[in-house]
Amino acid sequence: MTTTDPGMTAEVTKELDGPLEIAEVKFASRLIVGTGKYTTNQIMIDAIRASGAEMVTVAVRRVDLDRTKEEAILHHLNPEEFFLLANTAGCHTADGAIRYARLARAAGFNEFVKLEVIGDDETLLPDVQATIEAAQILAEEGFKVMAYTNDDLITALRLEDVGCVAVMPLASPIGSGLGVVNPYFIREIKRRLEVPVIVDAGVGTASDACLTMEQGVDGVLMNTALAAAEDPVRMAHAMKAATIAGRLAFLAGRMKSREIAVPSSPKVGMLD
Amino acid sequence: MSSTEQIQVRLNGKDRDITFGHTVQSLLEAIEINPLAVVVEVNREILNRDQYSDVGIHKGDTIEVVHFVGGG
Repeated sequence: MTTTDPGMTAEVTKELDGPLEIAEVKFASRLIVGTGKYTTNQIMIDAIRASGAEMVTVAVRRVDLDRTKEEAILHHLNPEEFFLLANTAGCHTADGAIRYARLARAAGFNEFVKLEVIGDDETLLPDVQATIEAAQILAEEGFKVMAYTNDDLITALRLEDVGCVAVMPLASPIGSGLGVVNPYFIREIKRRLEVPVIVDAGVGTASDACLTMEQGVDGVLMNTALAAAEDPVRMAHAMKAATIAGRLAFLAGRMKSREIAVPSSPKVGMLD
Repeated sequence: MSSTEQIQVRLNGKDRDITFGHTVQSLLEAIEINPLAVVVEVNREILNRDQYSDVGIHKGDTIEVVHFVGGG
């Protein structure tokens, strides 16, 4: 093994783990990444490639007709290479989110939508009532709804009931980088739901992604943790490895922890 | 009406005077937008791309032209 061996970033074989499957679409990577807030488009695309993510989120916004800045993302992000997951970020009502979802679907890529209805501008916590309402309508219209929600079991159950194809509880507030503040509820949501559970928002660094995946969830979604890292591409490599590490550790089943030391080497056979 | 008559529409949140007689397709061309790269909503109704050449723009219409940008 050389010090430049790229193999230090784990690759997952079929024997180690199956794919992430959402509404019958299979993804080899359990990491989903956003495309916002990168300093340049080149860094964004390099980071996304380094992360190994196949599903990437995008937002719907007005075209800037004055051309003060070029914001269109599809010049940089090939829809053949990545699975685009449009979001309803910035919406504060069920009606608003439904409108954005319909606009996104009209772009013609897929029926998936990351539903997000913000209830409070200071914390960006979701309006769960409006989220459930919008999810129900969108699911009835044939959308594959992946709903961003609080780490609340009852809301997660309702979102599953109304037809969401994935439920996405937050680790902590969007863009906060606080990590998983409530692993217990994340585990409970995962334990009780049949649809995939993807932890969305709040991951700050690799250990957060690893700890998230160790809870047994199906995937993790992040944006700021990469975009706001000093070196987004290097952090993307770290997040890829951490997501795999956490997933495999969960599947492997950790040892029982105990508050006493137990030697790893034999007690017998010691010299006099 | 003459083809040079100006009508006011609301385009992406701003009032704009445009020549009367435009379809969505010709308006997008006039403002140098690739129709394949955007989604258009007229008076809160989302259009399919194959409607762009058929839907005329009328005085007072509210038109939104959106696309995908970076987001999380």
